[in-house]
Amino acid sequence: MATTVAAPARIFGSGIKRREDPRLLTGTARYTADITLPGQLYAAILRSPHGHARIKKIDTAAAKAAPGVVAAFTGADTEGVLQCIPCAWLVPGSELKVCPYPPIAKTIVRYVGDAVAVVVADSAQQAYDAVDLIEVDYDPMPATVDPEQAVKPGAPQIHTEAPNNIAFKWTVSGGDIEAAFKKADIVVRDRIIQQRLIPTAMETRGALAHYLPATGELTLWNTTQNPHIVRFIMSLVCNIPEDRLRVIAPEVGGGFGSKIPQIQGDFITVFCSMKLGRPVKWIETRSENYQSTTHGRDHVQDVEMAATKDGKILGLRCTVWAGMGAYLSTAAPGIPTILHGLMLSGPYQIGAVKEDVYGVYTNTTPVEAYRGAGRPEATFMLERVIDRLADELKIDPVEIRKRNLIPPFDNGHDVVTGLKYDSGNYQGALDKALTHAGYAALRNEQAEARKKGRYIGIGVGIYVEICGLGPSQVAGAVGFQGGLWESAIVRFHPSGKAHVFIGSSPHGQGEETTFAQIVADELGVSVGDVKIVHGDTETTPMGWGTYGSRTTAVSGAALAVATRKIKEKAKLLTSHLLEAAVEDIEYENGKFFVRGFPDKSKTIQDIALMANVAWNMPQGMEPGLEATTFYDPPNFVYPFGAHIAVVEVDAETGVVQLKRYVAVDDCGHQINPMIVEGQVHGGVVQGIGQALWERAVYDDNGQLLTGSLADYAIPRADVLPDIEVLHTVTPSPHHPLGVKGIGEAGTIVSTCTVYNAVIDALEPFGVESIQMPLTPERVFNAMSKKGP
Amino acid sequence: MELSVSLTVNGRRYDRQIEPRLLLVHFLRDTLNLTGTKIGCDTSQCGACTVMLDGVAVKSCTCLAAQADGSSVTTIEGLAPDGQLDRVQEAFWEKHGLQCGFCTPGMIFATKALLAANSNPSAEQIRHALEGNMCRCTGYQNIVRSVQAAAAAGAR
Ligand code: FES
Ligand code: FES
Repeated sequence: MATTVAAPARIFGSGIKRREDPRLLTGTARYTADITLPGQLYAAILRSPHGHARIKKIDTAAAKAAPGVVAAFTGADTEGVLQCIPCAWLVPGSELKVCPYPPIAKTIVRYVGDAVAVVVADSAQQAYDAVDLIEVDYDPMPATVDPEQAVKPGAPQIHTEAPNNIAFKWTVSGGDIEAAFKKADIVVRDRIIQQRLIPTAMETRGALAHYLPATGELTLWNTTQNPHIVRFIMSLVCNIPEDRLRVIAPEVGGGFGSKIPQIQGDFITVFCSMKLGRPVKWIETRSENYQSTTHGRDHVQDVEMAATKDGKILGLRCTVWAGMGAYLSTAAPGIPTILHGLMLSGPYQIGAVKEDVYGVYTNTTPVEAYRGAGRPEATFMLERVIDRLADELKIDPVEIRKRNLIPPFDNGHDVVTGLKYDSGNYQGALDKALTHAGYAALRNEQAEARKKGRYIGIGVGIYVEICGLGPSQVAGAVGFQGGLWESAIVRFHPSGKAHVFIGSSPHGQGEETTFAQIVADELGVSVGDVKIVHGDTETTPMGWGTYGSRTTAVSGAALAVATRKIKEKAKLLTSHLLEAAVEDIEYENGKFFVRGFPDKSKTIQDIALMANVAWNMPQGMEPGLEATTFYDPPNFVYPFGAHIAVVEVDAETGVVQLKRYVAVDDCGHQINPMIVEGQVHGGVVQGIGQALWERAVYDDNGQLLTGSLADYAIPRADVLPDIEVLHTVTPSPHHPLGVKGIGEAGTIVSTCTVYNAVIDALEPFGVESIQMPLTPERVFNAMSKKGP
Repeated sequence: MELSVSLTVNGRRYDRQIEPRLLLVHFLRDTLNLTGTKIGCDTSQCGACTVMLDGVAVKSCTCLAAQADGSSVTTIEGLAPDGQLDRVQEAFWEKHGLQCGFCTPGMIFATKALLAANSNPSAEQIRHALEGNMCRCTGYQNIVRSVQAAAAAGAR
C-alpha cells in the first residue's frame, strides 16, 4: 500500500529553538567578567569628576601604599607607549578635525568620566579602595554640553584644533532645493531634539588582558561586537604587532553599538598588563559605564518641508547640530552623516533634499552608534514633518503618505541622495499594518472617545533603512577606515559534522542557530551537526563585526557562497566515485545522485569521509572538504516597514499609556521567524524607550545627572503592551539568500510612531510638539498651556 | 577583621572567612566562582543578580554574604546540575525568552518566585512581577510568553 510521506519542512524559514541557549540558561556561558586567570590583577580607573578642567597635579603615593596595590599609573606613564585613540570614520569633504584622544588624560579632562589614573591591585575591592586615595588637583574650566550652543561665539573651547567646537561640517544635497521651496504652496517646519541616550547593554564593558613579556604576545578578552577591528586598532594604539595579538569576544551581553568602539578602559587594561606582565581585568560598574561607554543620538534638528496644497512633497531641508561628545569615537562622524543624511528621503518620492550637519564637540561622553545609528534620527525627522504637513492640510496622515510613497520595485530604485535602494513595497507593508490595526475603526473609536473626554492617539510611521553595510569600495569612498566585507570558512570533518568559522561576532542575535540553518538548508546536514565558531581572532577569518544589521546580510551571504562551493566540490567527487559525468550529478535533500538513478547516490556525509581520507580522489583534486569565502556585497540592503501605535493620554496626569503597537517589517526571506520576531520586539521597545522615558541629562557644568540605572529609565516589563508583529516578504535581489537585516528596524521607526500617536492624541489641545521623552510632566504641561 | 560564614549553595555547604562588607553576589561569583549570577548595576535596579535565598528570590547585590550566614542559596548553576533543564529554563528556551542571556539567570529566579506564589499568573501579573528585572534585548514579550509556558507546564 502506498503511503504518503509529508515532505520535510524546510529548515530555512523554520523557527527552531536556539542552539546557544542551553549554556546561557544554565549559567555555564562565560562573559568577560566571568573569566579569571591565575595571577590575575584588577584595575580600577579614576575618572574626572569635572566636565572640563585642567589637571594641575596628581598624587598617587597614598594609593600605591594601600593594601594589595601593585601599581598606579597616570597619563604621564603612557607617554610614548600608548598612541591616541584613533577615529576610524573620516568623512570626506567635511573639514574633519580629529583632536587627540589620549587613553588617559594628561593635562586636560574634557568630560565627566575621562580617565585620569588607574590602580592595579590583587582584588577589585582593593583597587576601588585605593583609587579613592589618589589626589588630583583640578583647575575647573567652563563647560559646554549642548551641541547647538557649543558652536556659538563665546562658548567654552574644548580643543584648540577645533575652533567653535566644530568637529566637521557636512552637506548632502540632491535635486533643486531652492526651486522646490519656491514652488511650494506650503512649508511646514519643526525643531526636533533627538535627545542623548545611553545604550545600557545589560552587560557593562570590560576587558581582561594577558601580556606575556617573554614572547610579546597579548591575549585580550573584550566585551566587543567586532574583535577583528579591536585587534587592528589595539595594535596601532599599543604598538603590538597584529600577529602577536589575539582578541576574544567571549559571551557578550548585548551591545547596541556601544561595544563597537574601543574605549579608554580597553587600552588602559592592556597597558597595565604590558607594564606588569600579568593578567589584568577591568570591569565597569554600571555608573562607570554611564560615563565611560559611548552614548547615542544627541541631535538638534531644524527641519522644513515644502509641499503642494494637495500634499505632494517637493523638498526637505534641514540643519542638524550633532553632539559628538568630547572626542570622536571610532565611527561617530559617519553616523549623523552617511547613515543619516543619505536616508533623508526615506520611502518617499522627494525630488530635492538638502541637509547641513555640524558635528560638534561638547563636554560630554563621546557618542557612537546606538541601535539604528543615524537612521532613527532621519526617520523621525521625516515622519514627524509629514504629520505636520498632514495636519496643516487637513489630510489624513495615512493618505498623505500614500500620495508620496515610492511605488513597489524589485530590482533597484534610485533616490535623490544618490543611493540605489534594492527592493521595496512600502505600500504593501502600510496596507497590511492598516488592515491589521483596523485603522478606520480606530479613527472612529478615537472620535467617540474624544466626545467623552478621553484622548486616544494613533501614530503611523513608515521607514526604509540602509543596512547590510556594505560594499567596501563605498566604505572607502565615504571615509570608513576599513572594509565592510565578511568571511566564512566551512569545514567538513570525516564524520560529516561541520565547523563554520565566521569573522563577524554575534552577541545575542542568534546566528549560531540561523547560520547552522543556512548550512543545513544548502547541504542537507542536520542543524545539530554544524557548529558556528565566532569571536576569536585566532581561529576565525577576518571580518568587520556585528553592527548595522549586517551579520546575516553580509556574513550570512559569505556563508551561503561557501556552502555552494562545498556543493560544487561534492558534485565533482560524486561524479568521480560513481563514474558518471559531472553534468549528470544532481543534488537534492542532502544527496548527490546520477540523474534518473536516485539510488546511485552519495550523501554529503559520504563525500565528507571520502574527501577527508582521500583514497580515491579525481586527478588534481585536493583532499579535504572545506571552503572559504570572502564576500563583499554589491550593494547595501534596504529593509522597510510600516508601524502603527495607539496610545491614550490621561488628561488629568499626562501619563501616556501605550495601548497597541503593530509592526509590519520586511527583511526579505526569514531564516528563523522566531528570532526575527525577537529582534523586532527588542528593537521596537528600545525605540519606545526613547519616545517615552529615556534621556541622558547633563547640567551646564557637564555633570551627568542620569549617572546610574536609578536615574536613567530604560523600559521595564510592566509599562509595555504586546507588540503585534507581522511581515511582508520582498527579497533583496542581490543577496544570495534574498535576506535583508532586522536588528535595528524596530528602533528606527518606533520612536516616531509612538511620538506621532501622542501628538495625535493631543490634537484637541492644539499641541504640535513636545520634547522627548514624553514624560507625564511634559505632556501635562503641554496640554495645560493650550487647553482643549 | 574577617568573619566566618557557612552557607549552603546549590546543596553544598561552604565554610569561608570573608570580609564583613562582602556582598552575597561577590561571595558567589568571586569566592565560590559561581559566575552564572550576573551583575548589571550598582544601584539594585536590574535584577541580574537575583538568586533564591531560603526559597525567596533576592537581589544578591542587596545582601551581605554575612547576612546570609546559615542560609541556603540556589543559583542558576544549581537548577540543572545533571544538564537536564528544569521547566522554567525549558520554557525560556522554547519561547525564545533570551537573546544575549545576561539577564536570564535573574529572570529565571524572578519567574520561580512568581510561580511559587501564583501558579497561573496573567500576562499583566507577570509583567508586574518582572518589573524589578531589566532586559535590554527582548522587549520582555517573549519572557512573558516563557513564564506563561512555564506555568502551563506546571513549573513552580
Ligand atoms: S546587580 Fe543589578 S540589581 Fe543586583
Ligand atoms: S537577553 Fe540580553 S538583557 Fe535580556
